[in-house]
Amino acid sequence: MRVRDALLAGARGLWLAVFGIVGSVVLFTLTVVSIGFILLGIGVLTTPVVLGAVRAFAGLRRVQAAEWAGVRIPTPYRRPAARRGGVVGQVELCSALLKDKATWRDVQWLLMDMTIGAVLALLPAAMLVYAPWGVVLACGVWQPLVRAEGTFWFLFVPVTGQGTAFLAAATGLALGAVGLFTGPALLRAHFLLAEPLLRPSRERELALRVDHLTESRHDAVDDSAAALRRIERDLHDGAQARLVAMGMSLGTIEALVEKDPAQAKRLLAAARADSAEALTELRDLVRGIHPPVLAERGLADAVRALALRMPLTVEVDVELPGRAAEPVESAAYFAVSEVLTNASKHSGAERVWIDAHHAEGALRIAVTDNGRGGASIAGGTGLLGIERRLGAFDGVLAVSSPAGGPTMVTIEIPCALR
Amino acid sequence: MRVVIAEDLFLLRDGLVRMLEAYGFEIVAAVDSGPGLARALAESKPDVAVVDVRLPPSFTDEGLQCALAARRETPGLPVLVLSQHVEQLYARELLADGSGGIGYLLKDRVFDADQFVDAVRRVAAGGTAMDPQVISQLLTRRSRDEPLGQLTPREREVMELVAQGRSNAAIATRLLVTERAVAKHTSNIFAKLALPPSDDDNRRVLAVLAYLDRG
Repeated sequence: MRVRDALLAGARGLWLAVFGIVGSVVLFTLTVVSIGFILLGIGVLTTPVVLGAVRAFAGLRRVQAAEWAGVRIPTPYRRPAARRGGVVGQVELCSALLKDKATWRDVQWLLMDMTIGAVLALLPAAMLVYAPWGVVLACGVWQPLVRAEGTFWFLFVPVTGQGTAFLAAATGLALGAVGLFTGPALLRAHFLLAEPLLRPSRERELALRVDHLTESRHDAVDDSAAALRRIERDLHDGAQARLVAMGMSLGTIEALVEKDPAQAKRLLAAARADSAEALTELRDLVRGIHPPVLAERGLADAVRALALRMPLTVEVDVELPGRAAEPVESAAYFAVSEVLTNASKHSGAERVWIDAHHAEGALRIAVTDNGRGGASIAGGTGLLGIERRLGAFDGVLAVSSPAGGPTMVTIEIPCALR
Repeated sequence: MRVVIAEDLFLLRDGLVRMLEAYGFEIVAAVDSGPGLARALAESKPDVAVVDVRLPPSFTDEGLQCALAARRETPGLPVLVLSQHVEQLYARELLADGSGGIGYLLKDRVFDADQFVDAVRRVAAGGTAMDPQVISQLLTRRSRDEPLGQLTPREREVMELVAQGRSNAAIATRLLVTERAVAKHTSNIFAKLALPPSDDDNRRVLAVLAYLDRG
């Protein structure tokens, strides 16, 4: 296990060092040249392209940091503002990029990555290589080397004969052992070193937060306005219309009751049917606003009740030691409801598993189905709407749905239980 | 027959009292809260209780919890639960103890006084009265590959009525067929669902729900 980890760290480090040096040197040079060419005009066209490449390069490193060493580095770039076309737009884009502090931090990182960063990345591999190299030397390879060069240096050990060659082997093995134990940590150190430059500055972090809040507030406002409009329409076309019909029937009955009791009786039956219809419509409407089980029992039982109403087999495993705030429960409920509806309508699944629990300060719900997969947030199946609604609570939605299935939708909302 | 009514809305409570009195029931208590219901059930030992799911002070499923608690004290205490919405989840919990005397209806069913009173009587006698909506929900879900999907439309009709808690005689009148035809349908249904046949209404519903629970 340890050997495998060390070898993996060595290989990854080597890749980072080689690719890192080549990438950062090329990109740094291009950046400098391109910015210099702005004076000539042509730089205005090339700079955005080069800086885009720099961002992609840095972005790749952020992904690797998370995947290889568990170092999570947030992205510092703000979403570009809408810009005009043509030359004016190009100049604006260029100057916006150059004014962006994140750009200069990226450039600084390039410089660091091609020097200290590369060395740190190379260390795990280098230390592992010295062990076999030392052994090979001691086995006799020292002889031709010493004959050719006089004294051959194995690190700090001057190899002149078999004795010193053994010393070199011992040193190499010791170094290899160190590499075995420190390799993954060194790789992690490489990413930690890059982190301060690759992550957003405090100021930028706040700016990004404000961006996010502005956007999610917009979404929340839009969403509630749309919901109110829908409720208004449902009431207007449904229950309200039924009550009007009922009132009219009753009026007619009043007039008929003595002249034509039989007809009045038929109308009474119609009026009663209308009132029953109105109640059914109101009940459906209430379910859409705030499901009764959610109000009465909380999220766990509401999800169980929802599962029972689905036309497919749904296994529910909910473990919540308390109740979340009502708006959070409601958002989570409707998210699960939408995902289940999707699963039953589009996925062709026969079984669905729901797992919900609260851990590390967040409510996590995973909905997995055995359908044909291929779902995506952008696929227009309502997942986008859920994501936006969850945004108001800093919640996130992740979809994993390879073609052929299975589809797993994960919902995570930071919240406390009480 | 002695009845306890628990309903927090005055108009509905009053309406229920009047209706049941008009049909010759004796209302021993009409309360408007969970604690009040618990007290009334303990003190007056009614023949049947008509209970709203949602009651003050908590306005959660207090009435349902109260009824379940009372039935743990007095197994088989007949309870007819009324609600603005029906949930299979609640139906299951009510039927779980297997001792019968359970009703679970939408409040709308009160409109039809005859049928409602019939349901109250059935529950008081230890039978069941399940809202048609609970049953239709049960029948529509996952019926593609499972034995329920093999029922003929007529058998489904019979099954719905069986599950509502109706006797073969009542089903026969309803569907305008002979009682023997209904008996034949039910034995077919039970055979398809691999359930042992039984004459007891209540056990039939329990068997149906137990079967659906297993899936």
